[in-house]
Amino acid sequence: MQRKPPDNPSGFSRREFLRGVGATSVAASGLLVAGMPDEAAAAPGDPVGPGETKITLSINGENKSVSVEPRTTLLDALRNRLDITGAKKVCDRGTCGACTVIKDGRAIYSCTALAIDVQGSKITTVEGLGTPDELSPVQAAFVHNDAQQCGFCTPGFVVACTAMLKAHPTPTAEQVRLGLGGNLCRCGTYAGIKEAIVEAGKTASISRGTGGGGAT
Amino acid sequence: MNSFEYASPTDLETAIGLLGARFGETEILAGGTDLVTSLKQGIVSPKRVVSLKGIENLKGIEAGADAVQIGAMTPLVDLLENASVRKSFPSITAAIEGIGSPQIIAMGTVGGDLCQRPRCWYYRQGFGLLGQLDGESLIPQGDNRYHAIFGNSGPAYFVSASSLGPPLIALGATLEITGAKGKTRKVAAAEFFRTPKSADERENVLAANEVLTRISIPARGLANATYEVRQREGLDWPLVTASVAFSRKAGAGRASVVLGHVAPTPWNVPEAAALLDGKSANEELAARVAEAAVHSARPLSKNAYKVRLVKTAVKRAILAAAEQREG
Amino acid sequence: MTSILWPAKEQLKLIGKRIDRVDGPAKSSGAAKYSLDINRPGLLYGKILGASIAAGTLKSLDTKAAEALAGVRAVHVMTEPGRPINWAGQEIVALAADTEEIATEALRLIKAEYERSPPQMDDADPQKVEGKPRTRTEGNPAEGFAQAAASVSGRYGVATITHCCLEPHGQVSEFRDGELHVWPSTQAVSGYANQLVKPAGLESNKIHIDCQYMGGGFGSKFGPDAWGAVCVELAKKAGKAVKLLLDRDLELMIAGNRPSAFADIKVGADKEGRVTAWESKVWGSSGVGNYGAPPLPYVFAFPNQNTESQGIRTNRGAVKAWRAPGHPQGCAITMAALEDLAAKLGMDPLEFFLKNLQFAPEALRETYREELMVAADLIDYKSKAHPRGDKTKGPIKRGLGISLHTWGGAGHASACDVTINPDGSVVASMGTQDLGVGTRTCLGIVVAETLGLPLEAVQVNIGKNAYPTSGGSGGSTTIGGISSSSRRAAVAALDELLKRVATELNISPDELEAADSKIRAKANPQKSMAWKDACKLLGQMAITQQGRHQGGARTELTSSGVGGVQIADVSVDVETGLVKMNEMVAVQDCGLIIDLKLAESQVLGALIMGVTYALFEEAIYDPQTGRMLNADMEFYRLATLSDVGKLRVHMMTGKGYDERGVIGLGEPPVISPGAAISNAVANAIGVRVSSIPLTPDRVIEALEKGGVRT
Repeated sequence: MQRKPPDNPSGFSRREFLRGVGATSVAASGLLVAGMPDEAAAAPGDPVGPGETKITLSINGENKSVSVEPRTTLLDALRNRLDITGAKKVCDRGTCGACTVIKDGRAIYSCTALAIDVQGSKITTVEGLGTPDELSPVQAAFVHNDAQQCGFCTPGFVVACTAMLKAHPTPTAEQVRLGLGGNLCRCGTYAGIKEAIVEAGKTASISRGTGGGGAT
Repeated sequence: MNSFEYASPTDLETAIGLLGARFGETEILAGGTDLVTSLKQGIVSPKRVVSLKGIENLKGIEAGADAVQIGAMTPLVDLLENASVRKSFPSITAAIEGIGSPQIIAMGTVGGDLCQRPRCWYYRQGFGLLGQLDGESLIPQGDNRYHAIFGNSGPAYFVSASSLGPPLIALGATLEITGAKGKTRKVAAAEFFRTPKSADERENVLAANEVLTRISIPARGLANATYEVRQREGLDWPLVTASVAFSRKAGAGRASVVLGHVAPTPWNVPEAAALLDGKSANEELAARVAEAAVHSARPLSKNAYKVRLVKTAVKRAILAAAEQREG
Repeated sequence: MTSILWPAKEQLKLIGKRIDRVDGPAKSSGAAKYSLDINRPGLLYGKILGASIAAGTLKSLDTKAAEALAGVRAVHVMTEPGRPINWAGQEIVALAADTEEIATEALRLIKAEYERSPPQMDDADPQKVEGKPRTRTEGNPAEGFAQAAASVSGRYGVATITHCCLEPHGQVSEFRDGELHVWPSTQAVSGYANQLVKPAGLESNKIHIDCQYMGGGFGSKFGPDAWGAVCVELAKKAGKAVKLLLDRDLELMIAGNRPSAFADIKVGADKEGRVTAWESKVWGSSGVGNYGAPPLPYVFAFPNQNTESQGIRTNRGAVKAWRAPGHPQGCAITMAALEDLAAKLGMDPLEFFLKNLQFAPEALRETYREELMVAADLIDYKSKAHPRGDKTKGPIKRGLGISLHTWGGAGHASACDVTINPDGSVVASMGTQDLGVGTRTCLGIVVAETLGLPLEAVQVNIGKNAYPTSGGSGGSTTIGGISSSSRRAAVAALDELLKRVATELNISPDELEAADSKIRAKANPQKSMAWKDACKLLGQMAITQQGRHQGGARTELTSSGVGGVQIADVSVDVETGLVKMNEMVAVQDCGLIIDLKLAESQVLGALIMGVTYALFEEAIYDPQTGRMLNADMEFYRLATLSDVGKLRVHMMTGKGYDERGVIGLGEPPVISPGAAISNAVANAIGVRVSSIPLTPDRVIEALEKGGVRT
């Protein structure tokens, strides 16, 4: 079935002729306003880019200013522009989970999120959970239960486990299936990870218990 | 990926105004799980990406007496965790759980699931939507183990990747679409998907400057279930799925059997569903419906195994639905 | 010279215990910096354009547009026009740019035109073999078959898989002050620089290698390959540091694969179940190189056997060693044929394998017998076993499958420096690498044990070619090499220290020992000196001693040759063809174990990797274009956490095992899973699924065809 021809063959709003995408065609027709910075006078919803734009990301509780192109993924912004390299680039297609970070409380793949599109969200990376000297309960449980070999998938698993245990401190097998189904390991550390979940879940429940809140 | 400009408007009208009238100029960004991948693979190279995340009224679930309304930008996880959806539409909950990855479920949206592009590996490798080289399809002679067994007389051989398409069609859902100047239209979920005849067409009825805004699922109290055959327990594409919905009241005429991952669109098999109408489903009837469901299957060279899987999925979906209490 | 041995078992404080890996906290907190994480000032991002065809010629190449793109700093042609293309993904051009985004975009601007030829992708058709077959006959097969009460013939296969290292191949290269600094992802730190002399244009001593953490190699990361070399070229051209690790698709297409193996097998046995004759013809994908045929028959040497092997030339990326090269294929084929024969004889497979242990290597027969018993016990074989074909009603069929394997595992040549400083601190240095198996931890354990110190008292330096030369990590040779050289270095350094202490305490050095952070008299532990006080006696000069392990199958501290047994318990849904792992047990010997926790992790990991290649993994190539269709992690499936079932590991330790010394463990446990799982599926569904991976399409095909004739 043939679709109706569009009313406006260019299809682009007028705004385009003044900025952004239209730059090359506009430049050719001599209309370009020289030196107009991308972020200047941008009303909410106005297009920005395709060049670099300064954005602010909330990462591990800190606001970080970073220049990105609209096409820059959150993962590349973290790793290549902010030198926060805990999240790993493995499949780069939202399949393996090595790039997992927590966005507003939920585990996401940072390789398929555009950095510019997560402004205003709270991002937590593996570095935000603990340090080698002060490991989080999940990180410590990964060490005790040897839930890591080469360790390249480990940060992603630690973050995914942390998000899962927050929702389900003593998860059922089905909750584990759903909670960690988005991460892959090659060396074969799943047995250790299963043990680590149990240990970290206990730690989490106990700390909740001593706080008087009780496990939910 | 090529460079593009980005806009994140806060109202629908502005968003639609930013969309090009032709495919290829602009792309809509919802959860990003498919679009960002497609951008990286270079199979779409828009000049502008319009994010809908800032448009608040595209999000949310409202359970009314007659229908459940779902904003297209509602994250899949919200639908998954919605108690009334879980109670009334287990076929939807099962389909979301079947995605297997909490990250995808957190990022992905309902609209994004319905509009995602096929995973056909010829398409994703750059041979176009129809998987062609020098004008000839690579698929019939190629590795088609995951391709269509229905609706595959060409030129499209891919399978629709949507998880929610089959259950929404089975449940009789309606989709709301808004285009230029706020023009709004409604299409039945069953009419939303279509098989492209050329590589420039898309797999649904949306025009390039239209936005899928809302999904409405009628509350008919149907027994419903989705059964997926997946290789892995975690994130994986199903090999086949079956969603069924039916009433056990005689002559209700609402029975529906819709298959997923077997055709370029979710595949409705009304002739099989008809056998279910007004009957009480048991093993024997389920097996007959399953047989009828594959009657018109025409496997390609490497995917005959899918026929057995479809029969199993249909049978098991029916039996799972039959166990539900009358709602 | 007195011989250096391991301490007596009752003296061991660290060796053989369950100890956490020392770099665990760095890894689980994201602090560990892998090569992919190294960011240098002004770093450029390198990318490679791979050929879009699998066979033909590169007709023309135009890189002008890419070079003109703002931010592109260097372009290096890797295949000149006119040169042949032998596989999809073959390196055409490499470039470096300011950002990863620009580098990716620039690749798309390169115009490469090809003359396409039909690629040869089929590796399953025996008609496609090339070259002279390698044949070997022992005994008289015809006579052997004549003696047989029963025989089976069948075709068995194992598909091509890739290494799919999570950290891709490649490195960061930086020229600084006339020297080259390289951060590679490698399994061979000590050998790496020597392979970069040519592209660097520098002598080896001006090339500095640093690999503290690497994200998996599995046999595919011994050298810099073309990617490492071109990364150096780009850094040279651009005058800036360049990071070039392969994108995921190229990683799967060209960074190495495990060749397929298909075989026609005929095997017969007398009515007691003793194999009387074996005949095999094996072939598989060799890429453009030579075919490394799997060992057949595997583990067993039957009295009358005839074997033949031949490769099929295919337009696929290079074959590389994959954990236990050849063995998983040989094992899957052999154990499946034998289990089919047991089924035909109506014999229990456990009994059958026990009966045929007489054909296993003499040194391993008793080990296998013990291991079979332990494994059978662990999985409750007696109550679960049933003849082929589960008769339970309903679509879910359950079955058990057994397999045996073997490996060498002798330690590689290795040198280690141990330094004891006057302040009591200790450093062990070696140009080795930790692939995630725990090399860093084991090195620390050996030195700490020897010096009577806690593990954290030893600083372990590895990952740099500035340290003493140690072998590449392949073939399960690392633990033998590094434990032996470090033990020797630590003993020698301690001997020096004991001499000083002996003078001070007025006692002979050989009456002293190091234990509990003290140097003390063996006969009178009261007579002692704290470690720190002892070290103060050194004055200003530290003690440094080097220990060497020369290699060899048997030394005072190491040996080789292990056997292992695995049993799988699976359920198969005959209406979907899905195989579900219920449980798997692995019983493994590896001599003296340095860290039991890490040893068990190795075996558990191998089981999981084994489940992955048994059920999911397969490189899928398009027959027409030759492209690898699943060069991603979406359809190149790795098992997920909930796919692997319950796993149990039993390490054979104690008498008869520990005194063999240290033996490598990386390869052996990954050999059997394909065979054990395939046998379990056959036991469940009553027919053999002829090739691995056991995907639903293959299982259903087997169910519909009826499998091998028995």
